Parts: sequence; structure tokens; C-alpha cells
Amino acid sequence: MIDFGFTLSKSSTVDLNKIDHSRYDQLVKLVPTARMCMNCGSCGATCTVSEYKGMSVRKVLYGIQRGEDVKAMLSSCMLCGKCTMVCPRGINTRNLILNLCKLYD
Amino acid sequence: MIYEGKQKIWSDYQKEIPDDHWYYVRSCIRQNFFPASERMFTEITQKVLGKDVYETPYHTTCGGIAYHCDTIPQETVMTIVARQFALMTEAGYENYCPSCITSFGNYAETLETWREFPELEAKIRENLWKACKREFNKPKYLAHSSDLIYHWREEIRKRAKHLLINQETGEPLRIVEHIGCHYSKMFPHKGVGGAEYPYVLAGMVESWGGQVIDYPERRHCCGYGFRQYHAKANRGYSLSNTHKKFESMEPYKPDAIITNCPGCPYFLDRWQYVIAEQTGKTYGENGYGIPVFTYEEIAGLVLGYDPWDLGLQLHQVAVEPLLKKMGVEYDPKAKYLGLNKEDLMRPEMPNSIKCC
Amino acid sequence: MKENVVIIGGGVAGLEAAKNLHRLGYQTFLVEKNKKLGGHVAIWHKLFPDMASTKAIIKEMVDDIKDVTVFLDTQVKTIESAYGGYQIAFSNGVNVHAKAVLVASGFELFEAAKKEEYGYGIYDHVITNADLEAWMNGNKDQRIPAAPKAIGFVHCVGSRDLKAGNSQCSKVCCMTAIKQAIEMKERFPNAEVYCFYMDLRLFGKKYEDFYINAQRDFGIHFVRGRVSEVSETIDGHLQVKAEDTLIGRPLKVQLDMLVLMAGMVANNQIKPIVEQAKLEIDSDGFLKSSDNITHIIESGRDGIFYAGACTGTKTVPETVAEARAAALAIHDYISGL
Repeated sequence: MIDFGFTLSKSSTVDLNKIDHSRYDQLVKLVPTARMCMNCGSCGATCTVSEYKGMSVRKVLYGIQRGEDVKAMLSSCMLCGKCTMVCPRGINTRNLILNLCKLYD
Repeated sequence: MIYEGKQKIWSDYQKEIPDDHWYYVRSCIRQNFFPASERMFTEITQKVLGKDVYETPYHTTCGGIAYHCDTIPQETVMTIVARQFALMTEAGYENYCPSCITSFGNYAETLETWREFPELEAKIRENLWKACKREFNKPKYLAHSSDLIYHWREEIRKRAKHLLINQETGEPLRIVEHIGCHYSKMFPHKGVGGAEYPYVLAGMVESWGGQVIDYPERRHCCGYGFRQYHAKANRGYSLSNTHKKFESMEPYKPDAIITNCPGCPYFLDRWQYVIAEQTGKTYGENGYGIPVFTYEEIAGLVLGYDPWDLGLQLHQVAVEPLLKKMGVEYDPKAKYLGLNKEDLMRPEMPNSIKCC
Repeated sequence: MKENVVIIGGGVAGLEAAKNLHRLGYQTFLVEKNKKLGGHVAIWHKLFPDMASTKAIIKEMVDDIKDVTVFLDTQVKTIESAYGGYQIAFSNGVNVHAKAVLVASGFELFEAAKKEEYGYGIYDHVITNADLEAWMNGNKDQRIPAAPKAIGFVHCVGSRDLKAGNSQCSKVCCMTAIKQAIEMKERFPNAEVYCFYMDLRLFGKKYEDFYINAQRDFGIHFVRGRVSEVSETIDGHLQVKAEDTLIGRPLKVQLDMLVLMAGMVANNQIKPIVEQAKLEIDSDGFLKSSDNITHIIESGRDGIFYAGACTGTKTVPETVAEARAAALAIHDYISGL
């Protein structure tokens, strides 16, 4: 192979037909309210570790639907439950995180 | 795909193209990339169709490349454009025909800017007078040279020696048409067929017997994109955009690509080699690439000109597969002979893509 | 019978006003340009939030005006101020001197083909919200596959679109998209359904509940990003591109069919009436009310009143309420109150 000094760039496009949805599908079976997220961001705003570790339940939940690696975010969660308190849709966020951690094991 | 729906849009985007008396200006780069294309334009329009197409040796760059690379201010570009219009006016013409798509876009943008801001036009007139004591009339009609070939496509068809038809199967050849971004994306009404479903090249392909392929990434840039290519650090984006187009058109098995921009055929042609070197993938049949042409080259083949007189030996991707399909006779031994029959020498052949 | 009143437009606004004016004792003339009554609503299959059958609603409304003089397939040819009212000539040759006129000319559906990038009329499986309703009403439509596996809805087609000449939100399309997404999911439970939206504007009674149902019970996917372009793939699928603005990345997906939520735009067919009766057009292209807070149904011209979507995008309940209010306002006007 000739080195031209440049190569094909990686595409950042989310191709919904190529994303593996299985983890999200398993999650919503275990935590049906997970589907109700409307991306308001309350969880991330109140999260104890969001400002240090970028954690946000919204980002975790959305990220797994878009093929992103959310393991680092998940592992930074302290399970304090503040997000559960503020979620206007009543999503059981602690249950969601615990179940998702299990799915990543 | 509903063809009538496209026809409806095409009818919404028609422009008036006068039949004669054109002031023709060449591109900065096309004569190096595709040396016979502009010569073929004057040959076809002047000799074959007997039109009055005038050129002057005093024409210079329009400033378009520098403009799109962010290296000169728009006011300077407009003053350069004003000088070109002055040359046209001095020659006694009012129909302006650039061969370059970026020039066409540059002229259209300048005229639109002056229409919106007449005070800017007055300033540019003053700049031009201070710089070189010239005055100008704005062109009455602005058309890209592909608009003219489109306008005369049936005249060319009447004189055709070969058509875009597979001589073995009798089927129309499958042609990807690729329009330069600056042709109509800025001003859809200034391009034949508009910007979403441009007709200027599709019309030629249809007239000359071929079948146009509509593939998902049809609208996408060829990959040149000026700064994308000119700064080496960005060159991967240029290559990736081209790659994206080829991946998208591949399932349609195109026989050829026809283009109307200086940059597009160059990058669609050359990057096929680089993609092949880097990924091992080729998009034509039997290890070849998909041959890429300018519309003048295709018109020249249709009219029966010798492919080597059309400069097709300077393409990276071998054109022979298309020549064979069209039934164009050629002498393989003459491929690398110049116009004066002097040996141009053989280029080095790549391993990754078959180039005859 | 008391004075003559002419109502222009036989959609839900005109029907409701005709019923009330007739009950108040006025000689009411209802003129409709089409061959049947009901306007746009008659094309629709079911109305949110009750999922009520439009057939039943329109039938009831039409039954209620059986004693009203109705001119179908008829237009207003001329209208001029005369003898403390308006002299109106209809295209059917009838002339009426009316004490008051109610303009209930409604809206036009945005012509989806104008958004060329979505390929309506070009790609085989692109339809509009109105096409889908007509199909649910039993119309055959070859553009809708027998068993679609992936269905998309594009919100705001021609609405909130300055380039299309429409700054206004069409108001009902977010809710309509969710309603139709659910209806499609009910018909095709295995299909993935995507709604591409810029904002979800679910302001009305029970609208948010529909949204929650769509998410929780039907698993409908909401993608926040406007569709930028649609293409057809070699096997006849649609490739749709948008930016997923919640994650900040471009997104693409292949669909079997795409529904364009064509919005409400001003009805330009009433331009001759506007000119002859010297009515004013507002900055959004709709008829200009005396004000937009407490006098929406008043035109600012003596004896001319408005009801429904002729003054802006409206829901059916809003339109019906305005029609009743306009009937009462006309009664007050004629009674000299």
C-alpha cells in the first residue's frame, strides 16, 4: 500500500440500519418506562458526577440507541438517585442504570 | 422513481439560451486536466455547428479558486470579473459563456450581488476604471458551456457517429451524471433543471441514447471542495467524499460518469486510483475503474472524433471499456502518441486498478 | 325569515356557522366551491384526541343544515358594498343581497412537491398526511407498501419554513403525525416508525398523552432533526438524512415509506374576494383580523366576519368555537347591538 499522507476519514454518521439495537431492546423489556424519556436533560443537570465525568442518564439512554459506548458514563454513576427525583416522566432511572450495568457485564 | 415528476421540475427550471454569438472564456485548470475538452467545445460549436463563439487571449482567471480557498476578498474577485465583462463589451458581445463551473457560479454570484447592492456595482466600476481604465456592460445572458451543449444536444445527435448504447446488447449505457456544486446549488433558477434534479447533463445523456442513473448520493460533492483538497491535512475528507459517492453508485453498475465541472472529473477519476491503492477496491468491471468524462469528451466521442485526439489517454481510469461498449474504433498503439505523433512515453501502471 | 347572510366556504367553520345563523332565524346561503361539503376535514379519517370518525362528524353537521340554502360547485363571482350590506353574484347565476358575510374559506394544504428535496411525486413511496388519511378512508394507494417494515414521518413540511414563504407553525401537524404514527403502528406492529421533528408542539388537550402513548406503548422513535434530503435506493427504499441534533451527529436510515406532514397555508383562491371587498391580508398571508386577541373573527370591515383557518392555522375545535362566535357576532351586528 502506498502512503499518500492521508487516508479515508471515519464517518460520524449514525446509520440506524447498522446500529445494534439489542441492548436497548433488552433494557426496555426490563424497564419499560425507559421509552418515555423526552430528552429534557433534568437528570444530567442534577447529576452529582455530570460536571466531572459527563454522566447523564439522558445521554446514556440516547447513546445506546445511537450506537455509542456509554460504559464509562455508567461506571461513574454513584446511584444517589437525584435523577429519579427530578425526572418529570417518572422514569425509574436507578433501576435503569442497574439493569443496563448488568447488560454490559 | 416517477419520471413525470422529474419532468415537472425540469419544466420549472428552464433558462433562455440564445442560439448564437457567444463570448467564450476558458477555465484555469481544465486545459491541464482534460486538454482537449475546451478545444472540442470550440471545434463543435464553431466548426460542426457553425456558431459564432469568440475568444480573446487577454482573458485571465476569474479569481474563483482563490475566492473559494479564502485567499482573496470578494471585492477583488468582483473587479477581476468586471475586467472580464469589459473584454466582452470591447469585443462587441453580450452573451457570456464560461467553461468553468466555479467561474459560472462566481459570475452569477457577482451579478446577483450587484443586483441586490447597486452601490457595490458602482464601486467596482470605479475600481476597474482606476486599475485599468476599462468600462463594461453586464452580460445580457450568462450560460455555462454545458448549457450550450445541452441547448445544441439534438443538433449533435443528428450528426452522431456513435451513441451511448451498448453495441453488443443494444441496451442504453448506464451513465452517472455529476453536476458541479457551483452550477446551481447557489442559484437553482440559473441552472437547467434546477439544483435538486439538474437536467443539463441528463438531457445530453438522454438525447445521445444513454440512461441516467439516479443513486442516493447523487447530490453529494465530488470531493474536491477546494480547501478539502488544497490543504493536505484535509485531503482525507476529499477522498472520503469521493469514496462515499462510489460506494453509493456501485450497485447500479455505471458504464461511465459525465461531469460539467473542472474539478469533478479530475477527482472522480484520480481518486479511484487512490481508493484502489488504499482499500484494494475498484468500481468498474474486471478490475477497471468507472471511466469519467467531461461532456465535451462525450460529445466528441458521439460525433466520432478519435479518442486519443480527445486527450482520453490522460485519464487515470482507463476509458477503453466504454469505447468498446460504444463501438468506438481506436488504435491501442496510438494511445500515447501526441498530436504530432511523437511518443509521449508510457505512464507507470498501478497494480491496484487495471488501466490497460 | 330575517335578513340574508352569506357564508363563503362549506368546511367545518361554514357548516357550524350556517347551523347557528339558521337557528337564529337568518336566511342563510352557504356557498362551497367543491362538489361536496366538509372541506379538508372530510378527507380525514379520524380526528384527535377522541379518534372520532370524521364521517360521523361531517354527517351530523350536514344533517343540521338541511334547511339552509347550499350552493355546491359554486364560487363568489363578485362582491360589492351596497345598501348597507353586500351585493353578491355567484357563479351559478344567483344574486343575493346580504346584510352580513362570513368568510370561512379555510386554508390550503402546502404543496409538498415544492420541497423538492423530499421527492414527493418523484419517489415511489413518498406521500402526504392527507394521502395517508385518504388511504385509511379506503382509497387505494400504490405508494403504500403492503407490509412496510420502516415508516417515517417528516414534521413541518412547508411550515416554519421561511424559504417556502411560511413562517407559521401549522399547529396540528405534530399531533397529526403522532396520531398517524400510532395508527400505522397498530396496522403494522412489526414496523419501526420514526418521527423527524424540530420541536414537538403538543399544546392541546390530551396531545401530550398521545405522545407518551406513542413512546411507551408503541415504541415510536422520535428523532430531533429536520430531514434534509431523501433519495431512492436501488431496491426502491428511501434513504433519509437528518442531523440527530440531540447527539450532534448526521443520521441516515432506510425506510419503506415516508409521510410528509404538509402544513396549512393561506388559501389564495379567495384573493378576488379579498380585493373586491377590500379586506386586509396579514403578514403571514392569512386574512387580517381586527386584532388577534379578542377580535379574531372581525375583519375591520362592516358586515364582514371571519371564522376558522382563513385567519391562521386552527384546530377543528377552535374552528367550531370561532364559527359559533361569528354567528353570534353577526346576529349582534344585524340587531344593531
